[in-house]
Amino acid sequence: MTTPEPVQAVKQRRDRALASLVGAVPYAQFLGIYFERHGDELTAILPHDDKLIGNPLLPAIHGGVIASFLEVAAIIELSWATVWPDLEAGRITPEEMAQNLPRLPKTIDFTVDFLRSGLPRDGYARARVNRSGRRYASVHVEAWQDNRARLFAQATGHFLMPQTGRDATDH
Amino acid sequence: MNAQNFINALPFAQALAMRLDDLGDGHAEISMPWDARFVGDPATGVIHGGAVSALMDTCGGAAVLSVPGATTTATIDLRIDYMRAATPGARLVAKAECYHVTRNVAFVRATAHDGGDTPLASATGAFTFAAKDATP
Repeated sequence: MTTPEPVQAVKQRRDRALASLVGAVPYAQFLGIYFERHGDELTAILPHDDKLIGNPLLPAIHGGVIASFLEVAAIIELSWATVWPDLEAGRITPEEMAQNLPRLPKTIDFTVDFLRSGLPRDGYARARVNRSGRRYASVHVEAWQDNRARLFAQATGHFLMPQTGRDATDH
Repeated sequence: MNAQNFINALPFAQALAMRLDDLGDGHAEISMPWDARFVGDPATGVIHGGAVSALMDTCGGAAVLSVPGATTTATIDLRIDYMRAATPGARLVAKAECYHVTRNVAFVRATAHDGGDTPLASATGAFTFAAKDATP
């Protein structure tokens, strides 16, 4: 029986892999989006910034910021869910990942429901991959601010999965 | 507030360096430059879909506000179809039109272009609509 990997080593390995994935998306950095991780569960966080405002009178966060936040959360979740098995099985290391980042899924369509106006404070989002096939994936995202049960936006998107050399010809 | 002021007063529209190019009677055209900070996939230099959404949403809102009498608007829902990747380096232009307006809702169609032969994205949305009452 092998000795279990020390918990700190496990966390560092996962966090480094996630950081390289998120750090490679300039637009996520531009918006200030970062991710918290509990096991494989990700929460996207959008810290408030005055530049994110769309309606200065209310004030409210710009709808385009909300749409962007949800799409970033969906793409990172989908990419994370894709690399997770390889990462956990040791087939790739975070260092290898950082050197050769996985191609990101491409958005086919994205539909956003604006349920409430976004208040000038931090937002949170979690995405769920409802269907992930070899070529397509369907992802649902929920976003909230103060209360988890009071969503301020939700979205569903369809994505084209990156094709690896192995299955690129396997339709 | 007219739509030109509406654009100028939006901090996030300014953050994305949007420019109002045309406006009137339920139509709007707004553009934004390519910028390395707006890129979604560093392997290709293609602008993030979210930035395209932000452009289309702003353009849709401006089109609604250009309807005579419109006072305020907010997006109820927006669906974007990404037909192809935006060309890296190219300026993005969104065109939106309100194709139907009721007392409370404006229905909007929009497309995004980058100088290529075909639009790179299209969108449909519903926006809340409020107009000044004709009688005091």
